[in-house]
Amino acid sequence: MIRTLRYLGRLGLAFVQRTGRATLFVFRVFAGVPALVVHFDLIVAQLYSVGVLSLVIILVSGLNVGMVLGLQMYNTLVTFGATASLGPVIALSLVRELGPVVAALLYAGRAGSALTAEIGLMKATEQLSGMEMMAVDPVRRIVAPRLIAGIISMPLLAAIFSAVGILGGYFVGVGLLGVDDGAFWSQMQSRVKWREDIVNGIIKSVVFGVIVTWIAVFEGYDAAPTTEGVSRATTRTVVYASLFVLGIDFVLTALMFGD
Amino acid sequence: MQTKLVEIAVGVFVAAGIAALFMLAMKVSNLASSTISNGYTVTARFENIGGLKVQSPVSAGGVRVGRVIGIKYDQSKYEAEVTMIIDARYNRFPVDTTASVFTSGLLGEQYVNLDPGGADEYLKNGDEIHMTQSALVLEQLIGRFLYSASEGSNSGSGTK
Amino acid sequence: MTNDQDKIVRIRHLSFRFGDRIIFDDVDLDIMRGKVTAIMGPSGTGKTTLLRLIGGQLRADAGEVVVDGKEVGKLRRRELFELRKRIGLLFQTGALFTALNVFDNVAFPLREHTRLPPALIRHLVLLKLQAVGLRGARDLMPSELSGGMARRVALARAIALDPMMIMYDEPFTGQDPITVGVIMQLIRRLNDNLGLTSIIVSHDVAEVSAIADYIYMISNGKVIGQGPPAELHHSESPWVKQFLNAQPDGPVPFHYPAADLAEDLLSGAA
Repeated sequence: MIRTLRYLGRLGLAFVQRTGRATLFVFRVFAGVPALVVHFDLIVAQLYSVGVLSLVIILVSGLNVGMVLGLQMYNTLVTFGATASLGPVIALSLVRELGPVVAALLYAGRAGSALTAEIGLMKATEQLSGMEMMAVDPVRRIVAPRLIAGIISMPLLAAIFSAVGILGGYFVGVGLLGVDDGAFWSQMQSRVKWREDIVNGIIKSVVFGVIVTWIAVFEGYDAAPTTEGVSRATTRTVVYASLFVLGIDFVLTALMFGD
Repeated sequence: MQTKLVEIAVGVFVAAGIAALFMLAMKVSNLASSTISNGYTVTARFENIGGLKVQSPVSAGGVRVGRVIGIKYDQSKYEAEVTMIIDARYNRFPVDTTASVFTSGLLGEQYVNLDPGGADEYLKNGDEIHMTQSALVLEQLIGRFLYSASEGSNSGSGTK
Repeated sequence: MTNDQDKIVRIRHLSFRFGDRIIFDDVDLDIMRGKVTAIMGPSGTGKTTLLRLIGGQLRADAGEVVVDGKEVGKLRRRELFELRKRIGLLFQTGALFTALNVFDNVAFPLREHTRLPPALIRHLVLLKLQAVGLRGARDLMPSELSGGMARRVALARAIALDPMMIMYDEPFTGQDPITVGVIMQLIRRLNDNLGLTSIIVSHDVAEVSAIADYIYMISNGKVIGQGPPAELHHSESPWVKQFLNAQPDGPVPFHYPAADLAEDLLSGAA
């Protein structure tokens, strides 16, 4: 009994310590950002690897989620005779929640794990150490561009997800299930508000971008420089990033859409 | 190195993201229709505004002509004061226009409906609409219905 | 006698421990300018740690590490970075950037730390690659290089900024004889032709003895022998003799400390 408590206590302390280290780390990364203006090409390269390469999964998932929403919501709304609301229901679900959250989860899995593995492997093969010995700060050169690219990419990916999802819902609702075309869009336009819904969704995705990329680069930088170390770090990134996204989503939703 | 390809791809990505945001803004939300470039402000007082909110639409004949920009409660007169902005194009509302709080559809959101009167003078910036009709509150409706129903049956039965 | 100016690295009373393990215990070391100095010793004695201490990646628990007149442990980040630009470090694995090809790897320090025009950088890179004999390999990716070639590219990268000193971490380990010979020759030739100082950390006795001017032998955190190779090979010290003659047992025991064998076998259960 006591042993379990001690174990939990140690876990808790280790967690707190890790969080502290992670916070100091991210401050260091942000401190290196202004210097990046000179190295804009580094950010562009990272935008490609983190953003562009995630496009496929975002597009496909967005389309599918939108289509599924169309089907499912139609089934429920038709019992109330309220199929005219299909447009706003799909749009609001995507723009407020599913767009930012699902895009963040997919991003954590695809780009987050890749970032962790890349940085972790660079650490394991002493490339980071070598860079340090060549008087180049690896935090500024390797980590900072990746963090910035992540923060920029996330809202873009979430927006693309939502937009494609709405189109998917349109194809299913109007194309397949016969909901009225005009009603679909006009109801949506009157119910979806720019400031409250879309901008809040964007804010959410920016926050998620920071969190997921932060976790990803930190885990990579902090990984034990062995094969197991990198593999464990990659798993941790996906798990923690997903949990944090869902947790922060609740907090943000309560703040933004509560009363 | 394929920097050129990379840069093009990133450019496409960012453009796609911005296009998606734009689409969301214009086609999905009410941003396109909600910005009123220039308009004039009028106020109206109601006993009960029901579920009316700031940004709620102001319509006349079913057409959106403005929106609610402010809601206050007047403690001296115990009334709700609603401020709305009407598009400058629609400047021919007579001063005896009636403003009512209606509900769109059965369960939809509430909006301010303007029913024009017959006066010769038109509403200008800062005017107040004096003829108002409050929102229908479901409980009061039911209460009135029950009361009038029992009244009806009482008088119908006559004296025994 | 030699004065302090000739000592590019001066280490006095160095003590460093890693957890409970004592890596260095009151160690004194001098690296003379322009010479090839070797640090030898059994595996795990912390030879690589010494390089990290000189380069400022680690800080000593006690004692001083003075490089080119500057106390490394007390330098601020900017000064430390300036110092590192003048020291080249060759990692055991080469530590090339896998995302860049050979040319870009060698060009990296030039692009990062100088504002030279691309044409001039190209000249410099080609010259450095020529010095290590790999100018023709400039478009290959690190994954396409053999171990020996990777190390030579890393060497070209280490001399890109014309440092005053180069440190080699186990340059001969695990390489075929031809590559070993190539690297041996490169180390000596570069040192003499470019007026460098070289520090080699290794446990390859024959190779080191052939090219080093001075050798330090470290075991158990202390310097157990030092001197020019010829002198060391005639040393009477049992430690030095065991190491240089590759004797499996001696001051460094064969058996990891354990209980008596008979006892261990007879105790059975545990």
